[in-house]
Amino acid sequence: MSEVVVKGCAYNIIHVPDFIRYGSKPERDIQSDPELLGKLTAHTRKFEDAVSYAPNQAFLGNLHPDKLHEIGNPWFKHPIPEASQTSKYGRMIPEDEFYAILKISDEFDLVWIDESFLPHLRETIEQNPLFDEIDSARLETGHSPENIQKKIDTEDSLPLFFNQKCIGCFHRHHEVDQALSAEVLMENLLTKATAGIAVRQLLKNTGLQPEDVGYIMSSSEEAIGDRYQRGGGNLAKAVGEMCRCVNATGSDVKAFCAGPVYAIVHAASLVKSGIFDNVVVFGGGCMAKLGMKYQGHLKHDMPILEDILGAEAFLITKDDGANPIIRTDSIGIHDIGSGAAQQAIMESLTVKPLRKIGLKLSDVDKFSTEMHNPEVTEPQGSGNVPLNNYRMIAALAVMNKEIEKKELMNFVKKHGMPGFSPTQGHIPAAVPFLGHAIDAMQAGTMQRAQFLAKGSLFLGRMSHLSDGMSFVLEKNPQAA
Amino acid sequence: MFNGKKIIVFGERDGVAGPTIVELIQAAGGDVVYSVTECFV
Repeated sequence: MSEVVVKGCAYNIIHVPDFIRYGSKPERDIQSDPELLGKLTAHTRKFEDAVSYAPNQAFLGNLHPDKLHEIGNPWFKHPIPEASQTSKYGRMIPEDEFYAILKISDEFDLVWIDESFLPHLRETIEQNPLFDEIDSARLETGHSPENIQKKIDTEDSLPLFFNQKCIGCFHRHHEVDQALSAEVLMENLLTKATAGIAVRQLLKNTGLQPEDVGYIMSSSEEAIGDRYQRGGGNLAKAVGEMCRCVNATGSDVKAFCAGPVYAIVHAASLVKSGIFDNVVVFGGGCMAKLGMKYQGHLKHDMPILEDILGAEAFLITKDDGANPIIRTDSIGIHDIGSGAAQQAIMESLTVKPLRKIGLKLSDVDKFSTEMHNPEVTEPQGSGNVPLNNYRMIAALAVMNKEIEKKELMNFVKKHGMPGFSPTQGHIPAAVPFLGHAIDAMQAGTMQRAQFLAKGSLFLGRMSHLSDGMSFVLEKNPQAA
Repeated sequence: MFNGKKIIVFGERDGVAGPTIVELIQAAGGDVVYSVTECFV
């Protein structure tokens, strides 16, 4: 059987400050404190500030995460000079352009746009090479402000804003079915639209034609269905349709935050078995997580940093002799019997799979774990998630006598990285570093990285279990 | 300390999870009446 490689990546950030009000935490709190909306609005960032924010540049691929050590704290007060909106792997997309893409991804006329705003959307989407005239034909029909307001007032449609001005609305698709409420459908369509951007970006980055995609897999955390099957899903095929992958089939992998790592392992299995040649894995953005930590940001007079949706996509395919290989003989699992202790989980995801292939923790150049941006999480008291994980891995290295205890923090710095990903659930789970790892392995500066992600099954109240999965990526032995 | 006491446990995924705390409390003689683990990222 041939080896399996990660042939390409796509990373996109979509700046949506006017959607912060629809994040789960802000939305609930605004209902009990209407004045909160003004405070959130006063702490919103401009697009240019989101572009020049160092962790966002690291996520896009323009800045190696280790460079974040050299940037002054706090990062939001030290913008990267002349930061680019575009990178090798993707692009940061402004909110008005995203409204055009949202409408393009809309199959059920859920999105109404003010007829006076539509020409602007047609202009902005022309600047995006991922979308063409077939797409912009979906931006022909606008609606009057009066009809939009009537829908908001009488049929539970949600107003859509740009620079705090109402430019449209989002409809429910059933009068009583809560699974088809405007709130749920908006969350789902935002995931679809952002995922569609990432998959189109991936196809452009890799040169793969849409019709050559065999299988497409979502690892996102939305729930798609009506009241009789609330999580029925298959966002994968909806996104595949949006991206014209006419010969593909697909399905969703649901594993909470560990979804992307699970999906990549599933994809590797499909390719290695010979069932499919080209498998696309994607993660779409998470509207529910917008503004989740807003209280900490307001308290410390910071901008609301969770004003962005993250989207990522990866191509898993047969060995091409150039791109890094996935060591399918070194998959780490957190089996059901392992228990919830952090040490047991980390051993299962790092030490055990490495030992299977005769390696130690020190043989891994970089571990990529839950790469949440600590500048988002620490003000709210949620700590520095990547650092906590790296300390645990380093502690295991001490316990396994690979290093002395006094070398623990050096191990963390050498084999870990500052967190840099948008805090979008499954988006930060290990895979934001895949692009950087591919670059380093092709440049010959890295031999091996281990990608590990954890999932919180207990959040669904069906089990108290934690979860996790890992894989090792290595420089292709055939590469020069 | 926990003997005969009724305890509510809140665990955190990247800290100490609920089931781990429950085991410790029960070993120390406490009666856990509710346990949950949350994930704040």
